[in-house]
Amino acid sequence: MNWKRSLIAAVAAVPLIMLFAWGFTRDPGTIPSPLPGHAAPLFALDVFAPGQPPLSRPVGDTVRLADLRGQVVVLNFWASWCLACRDEHVVLSTTARRYAERPVHFLGVLYNDRPAAGVAWIAEMGGQSYPSMQDPGARTAIDYGLYGVPETFFIDGSGRVAYKQLGPASEVLLAHIVDSLIAVLPQHPTAPATKSGS
Amino acid sequence: MIGLLAHDALLVALPIMVLGIVLAPVAVRTGRREWIPIAYSALYTNFLLVTIATVAMIVALVTHDFSVSYVAQVGSRATPLFYTVISLWGALEGSILFWAWVLALYGTVVVWLNRNRPGNLIPYTALALLAVSLFFGILLVGPANPFHPVFPVPLDGPGPNPLLQNHILMGVHPPLLYLGYVGMTVPFAFAVGAMLSGEVTGDAWIKLSHRWTLLSWAFLSAAIIAGMWWSYEVLGWGGYWAWDPVENASFLPWLTATAYLHSMILQERRGMLRLWNVNLVVGTFVLTVLGTFLTRSGIISSVHAFTVGVIGYYFLAFIAVVLIAALVMVAGNSDRLRTSGKMDSAASRESVFLLNNLFLTAFMFTVLIGTLFPLVAEAIRGVKVSVGAPFFNRMSLPLIVMLLFLMGVGPALPWRSATAAEMRSKLLPPFIGALLFCAGALVAGARSFYGVVAFSFVGYAAVANLREYWIGMRARRQAHGEGWATALFLLMRSNQRRFGGYLAHLGLLLVALGIAGSSSFRKEREATMKPGDTLTVAGQTIRLKGVWGREEVQRSVVGATLEVLKNGRVVGVIEPHMNYYPTSDQPVPTPQVRSTIGGDLYLTLMAFDPNGANATIRAIVQPLVSWIWFGGGIVVLGAIIGMIPARRRSNGALADTDLVPDLGAIAAEAAP
Repeated sequence: MNWKRSLIAAVAAVPLIMLFAWGFTRDPGTIPSPLPGHAAPLFALDVFAPGQPPLSRPVGDTVRLADLRGQVVVLNFWASWCLACRDEHVVLSTTARRYAERPVHFLGVLYNDRPAAGVAWIAEMGGQSYPSMQDPGARTAIDYGLYGVPETFFIDGSGRVAYKQLGPASEVLLAHIVDSLIAVLPQHPTAPATKSGS
Repeated sequence: MIGLLAHDALLVALPIMVLGIVLAPVAVRTGRREWIPIAYSALYTNFLLVTIATVAMIVALVTHDFSVSYVAQVGSRATPLFYTVISLWGALEGSILFWAWVLALYGTVVVWLNRNRPGNLIPYTALALLAVSLFFGILLVGPANPFHPVFPVPLDGPGPNPLLQNHILMGVHPPLLYLGYVGMTVPFAFAVGAMLSGEVTGDAWIKLSHRWTLLSWAFLSAAIIAGMWWSYEVLGWGGYWAWDPVENASFLPWLTATAYLHSMILQERRGMLRLWNVNLVVGTFVLTVLGTFLTRSGIISSVHAFTVGVIGYYFLAFIAVVLIAALVMVAGNSDRLRTSGKMDSAASRESVFLLNNLFLTAFMFTVLIGTLFPLVAEAIRGVKVSVGAPFFNRMSLPLIVMLLFLMGVGPALPWRSATAAEMRSKLLPPFIGALLFCAGALVAGARSFYGVVAFSFVGYAAVANLREYWIGMRARRQAHGEGWATALFLLMRSNQRRFGGYLAHLGLLLVALGIAGSSSFRKEREATMKPGDTLTVAGQTIRLKGVWGREEVQRSVVGATLEVLKNGRVVGVIEPHMNYYPTSDQPVPTPQVRSTIGGDLYLTLMAFDPNGANATIRAIVQPLVSWIWFGGGIVVLGAIIGMIPARRRSNGALADTDLVPDLGAIAAEAAP
């Protein structure tokens, strides 16, 4: 055996193995969006499902992103035909209720679905704490470069997309991102904020 | 109950394999050769135990024993028996179990057939086989345990992934792939055995591994073709190859194994390329492990990816150990692996084999780089990139064209060196084929440079390979007055490896023709049709007869009935449909294909009106597609012929090698 050559050969394998090891720290499913870090596309959508007090808004009310500047927005695209949306529904609904007194708005956007089917789905799932809007022609979904449902966008106080989550969101993830975005809000850094429309 | 039994069998196998791994080298080093059979028995016992576990799993699947975690995961009372049995390899844990069983089977047969061989090659080969088996054994009792008890026992399960219970080829493609993939462990084990025992300086391990490599190669070739066929029949886009990372993973070891099948001949005949051959064998195995790692770890996104879990870390550790151990062994032995023969002339079959190896290896690296590039790019530059089919197509076309060319030149050139007259008489006639195919392609409307060149080289290589048969048969007929059929049979019997190889070439040429034809002349149309409407694509007319729905045991089916018209008469009926499985919110499209020797009419039901008022149909016309599947069969047939043990040369009339000019030179060379 030529041990010197063996050693050199073994060392040559290390970068490849390190590359694979590093690969484990990545999720190939996360598709980066050009949006994070950029201004969130503005929208004005009509509520079709009111949500529950204290987060509710009347049906037909128009929600404008521009009006929510200075507060955190969690924008969740969903559909009644989407299985993974069922998985995250409870987490989203309870987290929204838990943050009811904080400067954050949870909003649902119905994607590629009929509002009637959406209302039936919410009833089947035992209610949704926050309001959902319809998106005729999926224009907002297109503006946001939707990859699939569920997909959740986190918009910070300055109206930029801070983060987006592909697939069902977990409680830990929601709390972590919302907390960190509230913490850097310009006004009312920690104090409970007044909520418009609640 | 049965799950516990199987789990215990797998647990017991672990210490037995460790015992064999320890015993084999100790027995060799200390000269206690009576211990060697005990080490071999470890392999046989492992096979027995894994067989018990595998049979237990099949029984559990068939009897719907949902107390077994794997059955609860993939089983369902509504699934037909066939798909229930083959769901053995439908998900991660079951596929690992099946893998371990195939590996144990190979190991047992290899060692049993060679158990009486003197020397230390086989004990160390057994050691390598046991070491790889041990890894899978550990997976099966650890992160990929399919026999977890489930409590409370569910009444029913979700059934297999809908895509995996939608076509019969699902019962064919995976086992072929495992047989090919796992089989590559055998030549690797021989190479490790040769390096550890010092027999790597001789050529015995090459001879021993030859047939096993050919067998695994045949399985892998068949698996790749079957996988192409499956995706063609099932996925509804009319294609068969997408350069998905996992498709690439099956193709990479195929390329190196193909290179090895050629370069091993140079070592056997001329004592050349010893170090290169070890590298190819080891590289092939490493690539199979890499491919498995990519599928099972989830570090690269792929349509084939299994569920990600902790198992990825085990594979990472395994690939690290295999890679480092292999490199250490090969580099440490590189001094001993000197070439004894040398090239005589550039115009010889040797040089064509060298070029063939060069291009196949370059091909492998191209595909490997394309597959791993997204990972590298993200690691170095932090950007997400995807490497798609355009990259692979552009990079591989020149290489494929060169390989087609060599496939024509190689069989025509003699060993050692060719005179100018020989070159002329051998290399010129096939140009007729090149011209014919070139003209044919141009007349048919091919305009891309590589397309026309590929057709021409296919023609060249086809004539060159067929001519070898013809020359041999003509010689036999003149010498013995045999009929054509007898002459062909006895010619092939006289040198199965050579003529089996040419047959595999011809099969590959058919595959190339099918790919070139279907990709150059594909025509596609999509239309929403009302009953009675007709649609014409590339001269083929179809008429929608109706849309229907049907309930089946495990699914609901919606289909459209379309008639194929020729001169106003109905010549065939095609019924593409969509299958709805209760466990999935997405329907599984099930295209239907009408195949003829000239081409396929491929219909997919894209959408339909619930009242049956209309249906959206995508119609694709692709010439020559079925030649790919047929050619794949020929390739496998060639490999099988090459595997049949050769007759001894001294056997008079049957091996009348002098009749074939080329063989005369070989016989002369074989004499010391």
